[in-house]
Amino acid sequence: MNAIPAPILMMEHVTVDFDGFKALTDVSLSLTPGDLRILIGPNGAGKSTLCDTIIGRVRPTSGRITFKDQVITDLAEQEIVKRGICRKFQTPGVLPTLTVMENLLVAARKNRAWWRSFTTKTPDDETAAAEKILAQIGLEARSDIIAADLAHGEKQWLEIGMVVATGADLLLLDEPTAGMGPQDTQRTAQLILSLLGRHAVLVIDHDMSFVEALNGYVTVLHQGQILKEGTVAEIRADPEVTAVYLGRADDDDAAAA
Amino acid sequence: MRFKPKYAVGAIVLLFGAFAPVIINGYELSLLGRFLALSILAMGIMLTWGEGGILSLGQGVFFGLGGYALAMHLKLEGLNLANGDMPDFMVWSGVSALPAFWYPFANPYFSLACVVIVPGGFAALFSWLVFRRRVGGVYFALITQALALAFSTLLISQQAYTGGFNGLTDYSTMFGRDITSTGAAKVIYEITFVLVVAAFFLLRWLLVSRFGTMLRATRDGENRVRFLGHNPVPYKVVAFGIAGALAGIGGALFTLHAGVVSPALVGVVPSIEMVVWVAVGGRNILWGAIAGTLLVNFAKDQISSALPSLWLYGLGALFILAVSFLPGGIAGMFKPGSGEERVMRRILSRRKLSTAE
Repeated sequence: MNAIPAPILMMEHVTVDFDGFKALTDVSLSLTPGDLRILIGPNGAGKSTLCDTIIGRVRPTSGRITFKDQVITDLAEQEIVKRGICRKFQTPGVLPTLTVMENLLVAARKNRAWWRSFTTKTPDDETAAAEKILAQIGLEARSDIIAADLAHGEKQWLEIGMVVATGADLLLLDEPTAGMGPQDTQRTAQLILSLLGRHAVLVIDHDMSFVEALNGYVTVLHQGQILKEGTVAEIRADPEVTAVYLGRADDDDAAAA
Repeated sequence: MRFKPKYAVGAIVLLFGAFAPVIINGYELSLLGRFLALSILAMGIMLTWGEGGILSLGQGVFFGLGGYALAMHLKLEGLNLANGDMPDFMVWSGVSALPAFWYPFANPYFSLACVVIVPGGFAALFSWLVFRRRVGGVYFALITQALALAFSTLLISQQAYTGGFNGLTDYSTMFGRDITSTGAAKVIYEITFVLVVAAFFLLRWLLVSRFGTMLRATRDGENRVRFLGHNPVPYKVVAFGIAGALAGIGGALFTLHAGVVSPALVGVVPSIEMVVWVAVGGRNILWGAIAGTLLVNFAKDQISSALPSLWLYGLGALFILAVSFLPGGIAGMFKPGSGEERVMRRILSRRKLSTAE
């Protein structure tokens, strides 16, 4: 290992208590700028809650979260986005009646003040950024159709594109391959890998073939606690992880075969 | 520019509208003028409900604020306030002196400014208080309905200051000119027509601006917008404020045309009727709001004069039909490629698929 760069995001001893139900217990996590982290865990492990906590949708009962060396635990959601964290939701969160391009332009808006919206002109740099992302997510031919008419996989890519278009330094992607076939899943993995370096990415997913295609550092969450961290191979080999999570996934594979 | 049939239709409609006073008779003109005044309010509903996804069942309140703001001036015009003169209904109610808040309305410019600012400002303030708490959807609709009820109740109960159940009526002049003559009716009609056209083009521009895109984005996914770093609240508040101001202008013009403003025009039932106009006309297309208002109101005029008891049933049936079979309203039928229509078609075809399985 080389010298460890300063983390872009640090969660320190974060606990989330929903009226007695501990969704997260003493979770500490740090992410490196431009790097990939994969978060796995069985249903109800607290993966989405962890994302919610980072973006301010859920407030931690205790502990703190720092982003780029500043505490963001109590900031408003929009403020957290402005600092450079953006999240893709589990169900595709595209804006259905807007065109693909409009979706990207809403995300790419640099000056987000409402009183600056009384214009019909889109700044050239925002259009250029949106077009670049459009190519990256492979939807150039679809730019003028409304998002509701996209195929499911395309919606997922569009939302990843929107998250990227905000220019965030940390992207949280919650189940980006949910409902996708194997081919689209591999394409999504390629797309995510192409984002690294410029963006740090935290991916949540169940699909082990997807996790292996990404081949990043994995954090396993179980019952609101971090069970294990390591490379995909290490996690694969870990008996404890297999017991709580991979065993079940293997069963699914066996059932599918 | 390529010729499009819709521009020709638009030009014909504009010409007819502008020359209506010499084309149709006085009675028809007075109806058309009233309904056009209402259509200014309807365009505001199109903005908030159709494009912003904010259903208000209390637009009558803003309509009433505009109407009363102007009517208060009309009641004072020609009176010698220094002499202790008061509007007729105050004398009958036994009020000893003109209430202080009535005085500024003696100035016509103050009154006209209030027509826009009071309903617009109140709508913006009210919606901000609600939306910043992240209350929306059905809850917002219910709150606005309660507001309409409270407003009409307040007007009725404060007989001495508001004219009570009868409202404010019996005006004769504005800016020193007679407003009851046929000639004046034509002038008032033309003012109304110009304001309808102005509101139409203002909103048309607003809807293609980034504001319009942000408003639709907020309607489509308020949380998505929020987590893209935008605060959705101002877009909704501004849209609602504009709708409030338009309702106020519509109310003032209607008051001029009808010669009366009263609680019966601003309460719960009229507020719901206003939503029906837009549902029938098409809530995502600007001209649909105007067409729906004219159509429903002319129908109301015909039906309620022939069979008065039937109208409310007709209105209910119309609303159900529009919502079930014409989600894009009448205007939606003329725009097969519209987003609304396509989304709807997808939902319908999916439902068919799932029943087939």
